Amino acid sequence: MPERRPKIIGFCCEKHGLDCVTLAARSERQYDASVRLIRVPCTGRVDGMHILQALEDGADVVFVLGCLEKNCYYDTGSIEGRKRVEYVKGMLAETGIEPERVEMFNASSSMAWKFHDIVSSMKDVAERLGPIRPKGGGSE
Amino acid sequence: MIVAERKPLDEIAKMIAPYEKVAVIGCRSCVAICLAGGEKEVNMLVSAMRLKNRKDGRKQSLDGFVLERQCEKEWVKEVEEKILDSDIVLSMSCSLGTQTIGDMYPHKIIVPGLNTAIFGVPEEQGVWSEKCLGCGDCIIDTTGGICPIARCAKSMLNGPCGGSSDGHCEVNTDIECAWYAIHERLKLQNRLELMEYVRPPKNWSTSHSGGRRIIVKEDAKLTPHQKRGREVLE
Ligand code: SF4
Ligand code: SF4
Repeated sequence: MPERRPKIIGFCCEKHGLDCVTLAARSERQYDASVRLIRVPCTGRVDGMHILQALEDGADVVFVLGCLEKNCYYDTGSIEGRKRVEYVKGMLAETGIEPERVEMFNASSSMAWKFHDIVSSMKDVAERLGPIRPKGGGSE
Repeated sequence: MIVAERKPLDEIAKMIAPYEKVAVIGCRSCVAICLAGGEKEVNMLVSAMRLKNRKDGRKQSLDGFVLERQCEKEWVKEVEEKILDSDIVLSMSCSLGTQTIGDMYPHKIIVPGLNTAIFGVPEEQGVWSEKCLGCGDCIIDTTGGICPIARCAKSMLNGPCGGSSDGHCEVNTDIECAWYAIHERLKLQNRLELMEYVRPPKNWSTSHSGGRRIIVKEDAKLTPHQKRGREVLE
């Protein structure tokens, strides 16, 4: 059986978030290609439902990447994004699912290193936790 | 409006655990405005419960629906089939909607997904405060339009009590003293003499203390003849 690759979904804002990703892609450091990015106009547009839906559709982990909080292109968009992420983490904890499957990150356009760090930390979580399924096995 | 809060998900999960087919029904009125049981909240709850079921290895089907107003039979009828087809209904409306469905389909099991809390007012985004207890005999004409029944921790009719300090209530210093607020409001309106007015003991029989209340508006109520006519039309 081929080795299972972690399923990582990232919602990235098209301002500093995607700029940071682009710079990371142009740099020499490589990041894990299992990450799938979804472009959003602003992390304030990310709804809790989008994150839950991604998990329901099979993502192991989901992250949201927006501008730095005091330097957000839309002023408070990334603060909104963080609040949604925190709310979903709370819901997951209440249902007995590891809240660390969902995280919020902030970066500026020039922080390429940050994107590498985000991907590797989320990949670690995905590999450690695996897909959401009953303890001790069960099908995906 | 009626303000409610979602119950913790583990409590909801326990209520619905023994059943296979769950209809989750929200409401687009008060509980949508207070972000507890509208379309978005229903969808998120269904999604979170599906994830929990996946994690726990439980087979359960969950479907979400949202009604215009769950406390009115006409709207509930719209999802009658879904209700009858389910093993349990998880109501994401205030308890009035929950009980409307329960009374319409007494053989169906219906459980509340929300805790119905207060008659409240949105103070700012995400903050609601209680302002009325529905006593059935409003007296705020003499209190500058501020309700001492709901907003004073002791529901004092003639306040403040001795614990009012710097405008805050002694029971919870985060909350303003209702009687301080009444004083300030009356001062602003040059009606401070109302602070001297002694409000007599209230007749609480108009409140819930007098038993369950039913309000009838005779000119709106259908006569038996009209009711029969409607039945024929239906
Ligand atoms: S006096 Fe009674 S009806 Fe009036 S606001 Fe207070 S609780 Fe409500
Ligand atoms: S401090 Fe004011 S609000 Fe609090 S119990 Fe006394 S009168 Fe009521």
